[in-house]
Amino acid sequence: MIETHLPALIALNFLAFSVIIPLFGMWRVQWSQPLAVLGGGISAILSVYGFITYVNDTPLRYFFGAWEPPIGIEFVYDGLSAFVIMVINVIAFIVLIHSGPISVKEFPRKRMAYYSVAMLMMLGFNGMVLTGDLFNLFVFLEIASLSTYALIAIGEKPAPFAAFRYLIIGTAGGTLFLLGVGFLYTVTGTLNIIDMTAMIPEFADNRAVITGTILIVTGIAIKAALFPMHGWLPDSYTFASSSSSALIAPIGTKVAAYVLFRVILYLFGIEWADLVIPLTWIIGVLASIGILYGSIMAIAQNELKRMLAYSSVSQLGYIILGLSLANPYGFIGALLHLLNHAVMKACLFMVAAHIRMKEGHSDISRFNHTYRKKYPWTMFSFSVAAISMVGLPPLAGFFSKWYLALGTIEANSWVFLTVILFSSLLNAVYFFRILEKVYMKDPFADKEIPDDQAQPDEVKPSMLWTTLTFAAALFLIGIFNVAIVAVLLNIFPA
Amino acid sequence: MTDLTLIPLYAVLVSLVAVPFILASDKRPNLREFWTILAAVIKFGLVLLLLPSAIQGETIELHLIEIAPGVPLALMADPFGVFFAVIASGLWIFTSFYSIGYMRGAGEKKQTRYFASFAVCLSATIGIAFSANLLTFVIFYEILTLATYPLVIHKENKEAISAGRQYLAYTLTAGLLLVAAAAITYYLTGTMDFQPGGVFGGLDLTAPLMVTVFLLFLGGVGVKAGIMPIHSWLPTAMAAPTPVSALLHAVAVVKSGVFGVVRVVGYVLGTDVMTAFSLHEILMVLAGITIILASLLAFRQDNLKRRLAYSTVGHLSYIVLGAALITPLGMTGGIMHIAAHATMKITLFFCAGAIYVNLHKENISDLNGIAKVMPWTMGAFVIGSMGLAGIPPLNGFVSKWYLAMGSLEGSMVIPVLILVISGLLNVGYFFPIIWRAYFKKGGPELEKHGEASPFMVVPIMVTAVLSILFGLFPNLFFHFFELASDISLSIFNGGTP
Repeated sequence: MIETHLPALIALNFLAFSVIIPLFGMWRVQWSQPLAVLGGGISAILSVYGFITYVNDTPLRYFFGAWEPPIGIEFVYDGLSAFVIMVINVIAFIVLIHSGPISVKEFPRKRMAYYSVAMLMMLGFNGMVLTGDLFNLFVFLEIASLSTYALIAIGEKPAPFAAFRYLIIGTAGGTLFLLGVGFLYTVTGTLNIIDMTAMIPEFADNRAVITGTILIVTGIAIKAALFPMHGWLPDSYTFASSSSSALIAPIGTKVAAYVLFRVILYLFGIEWADLVIPLTWIIGVLASIGILYGSIMAIAQNELKRMLAYSSVSQLGYIILGLSLANPYGFIGALLHLLNHAVMKACLFMVAAHIRMKEGHSDISRFNHTYRKKYPWTMFSFSVAAISMVGLPPLAGFFSKWYLALGTIEANSWVFLTVILFSSLLNAVYFFRILEKVYMKDPFADKEIPDDQAQPDEVKPSMLWTTLTFAAALFLIGIFNVAIVAVLLNIFPA
Repeated sequence: MTDLTLIPLYAVLVSLVAVPFILASDKRPNLREFWTILAAVIKFGLVLLLLPSAIQGETIELHLIEIAPGVPLALMADPFGVFFAVIASGLWIFTSFYSIGYMRGAGEKKQTRYFASFAVCLSATIGIAFSANLLTFVIFYEILTLATYPLVIHKENKEAISAGRQYLAYTLTAGLLLVAAAAITYYLTGTMDFQPGGVFGGLDLTAPLMVTVFLLFLGGVGVKAGIMPIHSWLPTAMAAPTPVSALLHAVAVVKSGVFGVVRVVGYVLGTDVMTAFSLHEILMVLAGITIILASLLAFRQDNLKRRLAYSTVGHLSYIVLGAALITPLGMTGGIMHIAAHATMKITLFFCAGAIYVNLHKENISDLNGIAKVMPWTMGAFVIGSMGLAGIPPLNGFVSKWYLAMGSLEGSMVIPVLILVISGLLNVGYFFPIIWRAYFKKGGPELEKHGEASPFMVVPIMVTAVLSILFGLFPNLFFHFFELASDISLSIFNGGTP
């Protein structure tokens, strides 16, 4: 039963829990978070199980109600979707555990609605990854987007404004995507991705197909916050509640990036995507500019969450740059970075949540050396994630950059290689700036802050061990990256 | 004693294992320092176990895990690695004793962090010595960068913090250049292993590509090796406590840089590629300029540690020059100078630290008459500085002699001239210090002071005596000379000494 219905179970489980949570939550609001954790846990376990079982098999095509396309709905569970599903569900599960105390502190009366919507958002993301046809992709995209707007709106005072802005931009993205799908449909007469792939060689130089492709890629690029379509992201991540930013930042843009993978590498394939316009070159250039722009803007920020948001713009660039290289090393690097960045960003946003919870702000200029004594483990996790972001071995971040660098060399793209290496230095600037403040007395300060009274004052254990889990994961992924890379090499198309 | 396979791993790990113990004994300084000393002695013992096989030219290899597809995290104790490891781990023992005297004498704070970081640094250094391929080398190289940072900023004052920033800016950039160079090497050759004679043999190469790769490598290892114009972090890093300057910024870190230069020249690019694309000429010119300029700049420094730092910059390029000559004798001389400079410069830094802790003097212009109160320290200083100037029978002479022979072997005269001029400049910038200490009359503030604590004086005397002994008998104890010439020959003969 589980075997045959696995893809559907992973996604629909979230739908079930989005209904169960209000049912129990109206009765006992404090049950909302444990139920969400349970829901996230079930999907996480199923997706890990599915990944281990099916990763080397032929793709699993699941037809809902046994109706085959074009009539029925199809989920495709292949190596790529299994990998991405596993990453997002496991991360979401751990972040949901972590979010308990934050939800009590930041929005005690909205917990039931929050966790129910979070489940819907996960349904949307899972559906986007698993779906086998482009129209359902749009449907799930909208489910995920609408839930994301709602989650972001729960936050500080400017949060609804940020969410509204995201709504406007995001809807434009969704519409462009739908328009593009329409163009493809009129030419090919199908919405099913696998069917469409078979027809692409016939229509690859058709103007409607080219227009459709550009519209689809643009629409998704907005969701993935690819430069220069990233404008919605910094405000949304900054003003949303700490639990939302920790949940959305590692996952949301990754799923959009996954869709780009799906469309460019699988739907069109490397040779057809670049037939008329140099599509991969264009997104590679945009990604490179985004990498540098995001890093430079991150250096200029004084608010930790905003800095991390700009850093996300930059890191997304790595993933898309790897995609644009369209060679095995670039592909491995991009997917490994998708995993690494999800873990690192989750860890970093969780640390930001800890600081907000204890200090009431996350303003970098007010960080000081007492944090080292007050939050030793939080700061340890931060240091590990930061060093991994800079890309120093043997942490995970080094290896994704290593494969990306090999990919750029194989593609003879010396400019891209320089971008990847140079941005590591920019990362070092904005992360070491914080490490310096936290681990050292500031000799430039006007008045000295005494640290004699500082006592350990860590957050609740449930928040601490989840953060430390991510920090430990960065070591493990780094040292045992070959196991992951071997799997990723297998799923490289062509 | 038959199976030595795991010894390199243990030698790397032993000081890392000591770190939790050091951190746990935060409140009990004596126990904490006991762990450091214990780790240092065990580490040196383990490295010595590898020495006999290294002298016979054997290489012990150990593959740990695959860290990238087809590239293992691998250690190898080849003669060159053992040579460097013996020096670094041996001098760590003396530095540990000296650190106790210095840190307590100067009343430094956060000593636990200091000793813990020091232990990590030594693990990374031995890891660099025993790296079997470029990726392993890069990993330990970056760990060394990170572990040294807390030591550079130890004092946490404005000077230390800006030194720390500069240090990171230089070394992290270098790390990235090294990563790029390693990636290109891997792409071109399909291997990352260090092999005597290089891995580029039999490939169709173009000059622009090889010059790029070489410059990337040079940027990568050249920063730590203090090659001009990328040396300026080193004098600034003298803001660190003196034992750090002594072991790390005269031996472990900077020698990792020159070790890397020799590895790149002899084991990655290979001497044939170096000469085929005139890469050795680039290296030679840079090394020559560095030797002369650094010696001239040393004159301008009134701060004793900064003068020693510029002297280090100059002497590191002796070793680089030795590699750039591409002659067996020159290579031997360069490798010998790794050992020679280590014992002499550590002596000088130890002296500077003893003077600072004991008399609170940092500037050369304040050193009048101190030989009367600190006769042992200043005696050692004389030995060390004369050795660096290349005066026989000290060990600086042996390496310099072989460097000169090496350049003549390659029918080059200019390097010999540079060595002679640099020797004179060395005398020139060390002599005023000695003259002030011995022949000028000291101020009244010296009266109540005596010699520094025995924790400091004994290591100073030991390293000074070692400088003399290795000068007279280069093969004493560790067969440094025999090792150096075997290493050099194996580089030129592609594996067989």
